[in-house]
Amino acid sequence: MSAPSSALRTGQDPYHLGHAPATGVPEYTGHGAGGPAPKRVVVGYGFWLFILTDVILFASFFAAYAVLVHARAGGPGPRDLFDLRTTEIETACLLLSSFTCGLASIAVARRSLLWTEVALAVTGLLGATFIGIEIHEFARLVAVGAGPDRSAFLSAFFTLVGCHGVHVTAGLLWLGTMMAQFRAKGFAQNIRHRYLCYSLFWHALDIIWIGIFSGVYIIGVLMQ
Amino acid sequence: MADARAAFYFPLMRITGQFARMLLVSGALAALAGCGHGQLQPAGPVSEAERTLLLDSTVIMLAIIVPVSIATLVVAWWYRSSNPRARRRPDFVYSGRVELVIWSIPVLVIIFLAGIAWISAHDLDPARPLPSKTAAVNVQVVSLDWKWLFIYPNLGIASVNRLVVPTGVPLHLELTSATVWNVFWVPQLGSMLYTMNGMRTTLYLEASRPGVYYGESAMISGDGFSGMHFDTDAVSPEQFASWVDSTRSAGPVLDARSYAGLLEPSESVKPYTYRSVQQDFFRRVVLQNASPNLGADAAPMR
Amino acid sequence: MTLLGKLSWQALPLTEPIPLYSGAAVGLILVAIIAWVAIRGYLPYIWREWITSVDHKRIGVMYCILAWVMLLRGFIDAMMMRAQQAVAYRAPGFLPPSHFDQVFSAHGTIMIFFVAMPFVIGLMNIIVPLQLGVRDVAFPTLNSVSFWLTCAGALLVNISLVVGEFARTGWLPYPPLSELAYSPGVGIDYYCWAIQISGIGTLMTGINFVTTILKMRAPGMQYTRMPVFCWTALASNLLILAAFPVLTGTLAMLLLDRYLGFHFFTNTAGGNSMIFMNLIWAWGHPEVYILVLPAFGIYSEVVSTFSSKPLFGYRSMVYATMAICLISFTVWLHHFFTMGAGADVNAFFGIMSMIIAIPTGVKIFNWLFTMFGGTVRFKTPMLWSIGFMLSFMVGGMTGVMLAIPPADFQLHNSVFLVAHFHNVIIAGVLFGIFAGYTYWFPKAFGFVLDETLGKWAFWLWNIGFWVAWGPGYITGLEGMTRRLQHYDVAEWHPWMVVAAVGVLIILCAVIVQIAQLVVSIRTRERRRDVTGDPWGGRNLEWATASPPPPFNFAVLPNVHDQEPYWDMKIYARETGHLATPEPDYQPIAVPRNTPTGFVTAFFAVLTGFSLIWHIWWLVMVGLVGAYVTFVVFAWRDHDEVMIPAEEVARLDRANRAARTAALQQGALA
Repeated sequence: MSAPSSALRTGQDPYHLGHAPATGVPEYTGHGAGGPAPKRVVVGYGFWLFILTDVILFASFFAAYAVLVHARAGGPGPRDLFDLRTTEIETACLLLSSFTCGLASIAVARRSLLWTEVALAVTGLLGATFIGIEIHEFARLVAVGAGPDRSAFLSAFFTLVGCHGVHVTAGLLWLGTMMAQFRAKGFAQNIRHRYLCYSLFWHALDIIWIGIFSGVYIIGVLMQ
Repeated sequence: MADARAAFYFPLMRITGQFARMLLVSGALAALAGCGHGQLQPAGPVSEAERTLLLDSTVIMLAIIVPVSIATLVVAWWYRSSNPRARRRPDFVYSGRVELVIWSIPVLVIIFLAGIAWISAHDLDPARPLPSKTAAVNVQVVSLDWKWLFIYPNLGIASVNRLVVPTGVPLHLELTSATVWNVFWVPQLGSMLYTMNGMRTTLYLEASRPGVYYGESAMISGDGFSGMHFDTDAVSPEQFASWVDSTRSAGPVLDARSYAGLLEPSESVKPYTYRSVQQDFFRRVVLQNASPNLGADAAPMR
Repeated sequence: MTLLGKLSWQALPLTEPIPLYSGAAVGLILVAIIAWVAIRGYLPYIWREWITSVDHKRIGVMYCILAWVMLLRGFIDAMMMRAQQAVAYRAPGFLPPSHFDQVFSAHGTIMIFFVAMPFVIGLMNIIVPLQLGVRDVAFPTLNSVSFWLTCAGALLVNISLVVGEFARTGWLPYPPLSELAYSPGVGIDYYCWAIQISGIGTLMTGINFVTTILKMRAPGMQYTRMPVFCWTALASNLLILAAFPVLTGTLAMLLLDRYLGFHFFTNTAGGNSMIFMNLIWAWGHPEVYILVLPAFGIYSEVVSTFSSKPLFGYRSMVYATMAICLISFTVWLHHFFTMGAGADVNAFFGIMSMIIAIPTGVKIFNWLFTMFGGTVRFKTPMLWSIGFMLSFMVGGMTGVMLAIPPADFQLHNSVFLVAHFHNVIIAGVLFGIFAGYTYWFPKAFGFVLDETLGKWAFWLWNIGFWVAWGPGYITGLEGMTRRLQHYDVAEWHPWMVVAAVGVLIILCAVIVQIAQLVVSIRTRERRRDVTGDPWGGRNLEWATASPPPPFNFAVLPNVHDQEPYWDMKIYARETGHLATPEPDYQPIAVPRNTPTGFVTAFFAVLTGFSLIWHIWWLVMVGLVGAYVTFVVFAWRDHDEVMIPAEEVARLDRANRAARTAALQQGALA
């Protein structure tokens, strides 16, 4: 332990933490020793952690699907059920909506309310189209007797893809709320932080969809 | 002062408590060693090997734990604040040599035990056949609510809640469940194994001496689970053969209809036998079509 | 469907005396407490200062209160179980299987989810921001939501006592027994929804604490200068983040099976119950490390404080902690060696399970060497720590034995196993909780707990635990399996009676602990902690007043080394004045209190209850209500309250004066 007389800086708060923002160069660098991070970093980091936990949730559904994909109880399998055309359209909608979400981020950075709302509205429309197509596909499967109660494979399929759909639906609800908040409160700091979280969420859902699209639909159609 | 009293009472009571604990456990072990019907009174090669494992691993671990416990007590007591003779070393916060030792001791012990674990896991794998000159007796085990069905496929008989086996002959057990999970366990014979509906697990055991051995289910399976006790009668091969003959001469037949009756929940069922068993019956139980009046989930709703 | 779904008068236990009378008694006590509080006029205070608080210290205290209350409930379950097994030798006992099965299921569920977790999270809540030298956790309102969602889960479990029934499968609902075909009642649903709701709360806690520990520390506090308790809190919360989503997913699959006829784990249509085992234990094993790692952190704090010596081998401890954190994900199969996975798989997981004993053993040695050369004071927290070291080692030893697959083939699901995990959880987690409770009580409330009663409680718990669970090791080796409602083996009976005596000794211990609290509150003026440092602490929590002001520190401390508060005291003793001069006081912004957490939990209980009883319209009300709550919270314009500089100065100066006085009397240890 260091001797007490050496370099014990006595307590003045050089970073004015707790009230005014920091001025001057922080003396301690690296290893996270510069004092508490700014709010934007904290909020973004926390939300990233949440997204990682969501990924693990999806991982558990993926694991169950991988184990149960051959458990068809004599019923239909992926090849009999999946229509890749529909999946391609869904994917296009979702990927495009991520792009428009990115456009909305630029609009937010430019503080343009009109373009933010427009980009968000298009994102919402594309997301809603995705959900509509997915619901239609689920209804079709149920109608031909391939509902989730038919076999373990179908239970796992409906749960994995359905969980993603539930997340997208929640994202649309959040999107609507964000659009209303931008109208009501403008570009306040906490609203922009929330939008940062929202866009992380929306892009993450896109990434999960790529996993589903590849692991469930494409591989499903290719295997026996 | 409070601390001086603590310094006196504390080590005394702790040592007494520790000693009493050791007496209790060793007394118990001594009591157990002679009588009793558990894992420490093995009646077959599997349980004997497993008991050796239990005792050996206990001794190895105690060789670490007893000195460390004593050291903990001694160090705590010696360095108490009221001891004027203790040499205080408030800067002793790191020592490479000490670190090397305190990492090495657990590592070496675990390396040793890991070797034991690997070898014994393979030697005592439940599905590994036991060496023998005589052919194994095949027994097919079905756990039901809340009793056990033992089918002897080569002998064409079956028994409920009582397993009769010849001594000195390996038992090749195949296990499944009619409903929920159970665990087949005869502690004096050895390893337990899960029984699961729609699946078949394999277990080899052997009784080396005659006796009646306690058997049970080791997994909660519903309200009647506590009554799933069954006896394992290990008898000489001659007595076994005569038991088989007497079983074939009387009693009901095990087929789809009588099986449907077995599927009805019942508890603490008195042992009885079936004089003949429908061909390939166990396979049909595993494939979940042993009874015609069953719907989707292979058993009546409770 | 009727308006009330499956709910009817039959759900009430009108023909069953035990739940009827105990439910009535609890109801009366609750009404009496609420009436007393209301009549005395405390309700506005409690609403303003506690229920709507987003202060980590208040939330932490509330977690601990929840845990204490649920400990009493879970302990009553334990006494019922011991009583039943003491008398049910060749006799039916007084609890029929349908009740006994619910009692042991509730006991395990409550103890793990609503006692151990809240206690550990509560202590982390109170102490981690103080030790890090910051004002609060990263997301204070989320913290409040986490607490109230945990309460919501606890409430649902307790409602099941009087409305409906609880699960009968044990604390983990293995399929197919937990599927609708074999558990058609509402018990499993109560369990699943309670755990799902409180699981969301726990996950939020994980996010909160990992963000706080990694992104919010006092200036100068590099990772290698963090207290070991913060390292173990980090490891525990990382485990929460990685493991709890698996629990959520697995229970969701079970719920889908039960509610919508899915076939994840059913016996037919391709369902595979073995998946449940793998997934649930992939969560379940990290869960026990979530519980024990903070306990290890508490021991590190306590042993170093009461040995007046820094922790020996700080880096070793950190490596050991993070190693345990990682390895805990590679051992889950040891919970079902007897499922028949084959020798290679069994051996691999057995060896990994043993490897986790290495860092644990290293920790024990490090605590030993912390005492070596120190000046050991046998205050109650230190007694708990030494008691832990001795008893926990036996539990660890039996764990290593169980990790040898063929040994486990003879011990799985036996009472030996139950004795093992009670050994490690009681002597490991619970003793650590009690050590932390006694050690940090003065920090939270400003006065020290009675020392004599604390020592009595320690001895009674220690002796009671061994009298209650020593027999478990013995009967486990006599072939006794767990969860038996009755049995007919003569050898087991005397040991079951001994175990019942043991639980009575523990009952005395709990009564002494309650007495300790009551007596300490009554005589609190005599045992005030005026300086904020009653034990001679070493880390930053002891640099604040007891209890700390809402903003924790008037200015965030600068940290130059490990144990920064100890450094400050050495400097103060050498120079004769406090290490930090009086600062230029500024107003401080603290997060505004909000009822969001409480209201969210209200809707969570509503939603959970209506899902259990299939009251679908009420489910929609609950979900919409929860969403509206979020929106209302998100719409507020002011999320901070300014504490004026004069108030900051007043609070800080009072503590500085007390410390200066103690310093001048030579009493600042």
